[in-house]
Amino acid sequence: MMILKILFRNAFHNKLRSSLTILGIAVAILAFGLLRTVISSWYSGVEAASTTRLVTRNAISIIFPLPISYQEKIRQIAGVKTVSYGNWFGGVYIEEKNFFPNFCVEPKTYFQLYPEFVLDPLQEKAFLADRKGFVTGRKLASRFGWKIGDKVTLKGTIYIGNWDFVLRAIYHGRDETVDETQFFFHWNYLNEVIKKRSPDWADKVGFYMTGISRPDIAPDVALAIDNAFKNSLAETLTETEKAFNQGFIAMSGAIVTAIQMISFVVIFIIMAVVANTMAMTTRERTGDYSIMKTLGFGAKDITILIFGESLVITATGCIIGIILTFPAAKAFGHSLANYFPVFLVSAKTIYYDIVAAFLIAVLAAIIPTRHAIRIRIADGLRRIG
Amino acid sequence: MIVTEKNNTIVEIKNVYKCYHRESLIVPVLHDITFDIAEGEFLALMGPSGSGKTTLLNLLAGIDKVDEGTIRIGDVDITTLSETELAHWRANHVGFIFQFYNLIPVLKAIENVELPLHLTSLPKKERREHAEMALKMVGLAHRMDHYPGEMSGGEQQRVAIARAIVTDPTILVADEPTGDLDRVSAEEILSMLERLNAEMGKTIIMVTHDPRAAQRAKVLRHLDKGYLNDDDSQNPL
Repeated sequence: MMILKILFRNAFHNKLRSSLTILGIAVAILAFGLLRTVISSWYSGVEAASTTRLVTRNAISIIFPLPISYQEKIRQIAGVKTVSYGNWFGGVYIEEKNFFPNFCVEPKTYFQLYPEFVLDPLQEKAFLADRKGFVTGRKLASRFGWKIGDKVTLKGTIYIGNWDFVLRAIYHGRDETVDETQFFFHWNYLNEVIKKRSPDWADKVGFYMTGISRPDIAPDVALAIDNAFKNSLAETLTETEKAFNQGFIAMSGAIVTAIQMISFVVIFIIMAVVANTMAMTTRERTGDYSIMKTLGFGAKDITILIFGESLVITATGCIIGIILTFPAAKAFGHSLANYFPVFLVSAKTIYYDIVAAFLIAVLAAIIPTRHAIRIRIADGLRRIG
Repeated sequence: MIVTEKNNTIVEIKNVYKCYHRESLIVPVLHDITFDIAEGEFLALMGPSGSGKTTLLNLLAGIDKVDEGTIRIGDVDITTLSETELAHWRANHVGFIFQFYNLIPVLKAIENVELPLHLTSLPKKERREHAEMALKMVGLAHRMDHYPGEMSGGEQQRVAIARAIVTDPTILVADEPTGDLDRVSAEEILSMLERLNAEMGKTIIMVTHDPRAAQRAKVLRHLDKGYLNDDDSQNPL
């Protein structure tokens, strides 16, 4: 008990130094937490992917389309429950900085495949009935102040021209990990216009989404789909939604690696700062530790004192850092909503914060403890006075 | 050489040698030191700087190890003990008083005195009672809840004395206990040590430069360049 009392009082004895060290740790943990959240946000699409959804695209590249006629053939494959399809539209709202993902989809089946997009039944009905209707997520609607019935025009970058839509439904996520910044409209609307403008581009889809009955049959169904179109003009590549999303992430792998490296550098720097603080503290207290050893306290007690002090300082900084991470992530996520539609501090990030803080505390205390234990009492006492 | 009956001897030092290693250099500090200290003795060790008196005190207190020779305190040859055994032995048998008091700055006076008792099996309540009693004995009952930084040098040294006696040790070792004090405070501390020796029968071994401090001891030993001068064992001061 007395050891704990000394430990806690030592930790805050030099208030300025302890406060600055705690502040440094808090800022480092905050930075580490935000960087980890950026990484987990990057992977949020992968994490949110369903294990019972398959994505089929052109085997050459996703930029090449597939015929709409494939739909029926896919539907007949054993294990397939629902087939939907769509295209990346790539429209711009007013100006390019207002980026958000927008797709034309087969509306009925698409929302059957995505139960995580929760729609009001009446709004859904209105959307299905209106060829020019569109559905958007709550966050996107809120960002631009759109209300049901509002007319919205997107400027096509792939399908040139101005495209008019009417907001018929606003979805919200089943949970907070669901992206609420997407924009969906009728594939038929796009196809009909294209048919008139450039008939060669008509009746083509960018991807098929297939719902299957069980996750374990995914490899077999994927193989069956691809086999069905082997040696055709447009061969297919089918993979799980997770693998498909991971493929996209892999394209930006270098950025993720760089962010990861920066997060570890932040931790390394603060580890050096804490180690320096602990070294100074221990050097100052060499006399105290020698007195305790003189009185009969052993290496175990000295170890508890130094490691404990390091842990108390680091834990305090860590707790403050974690508390600050939530409002900081909210502000960060708000200002970067275009790039990170889901920017949530996960439990895993908090766990990493705690592990990082614990490692900092332990590694920073090793050398000072070794020194304090090894120094001869007579030498330690000589330093006093 | 001081004459004591063998059965009264509490400290027996035989042929002790000690040297320090400074890189490749070996610096001899103590040469063939042999003498006894009787139980209830108040011994002052004097000598010029570098004569080896603090080293000898450290050896007697078990905070340093001899190169050769034996030191027996009571029934225990402390030169044969391991570090852990020595730590345990020190906790039970030695009370320490230092020149710079060496109190733990983050602990109050009462907590500093109580500190060595945490190595005993005494329950919390008794530890507190013992510490309070020790502080009363040194006249600091009213300063129990003060931190060392809030006390004068003399008061801090009295707290250190209370900490030294609270475990009722076999010997008290004092290294220049008045070296950092003004004359009045030094007198108080020496009187206190005298009382502890006279009234409680504590065996005290004190290292000092100060002839006034040495005057208060019953027995005086001189060290010079690591050799014991045996001619003046009875205190002529």
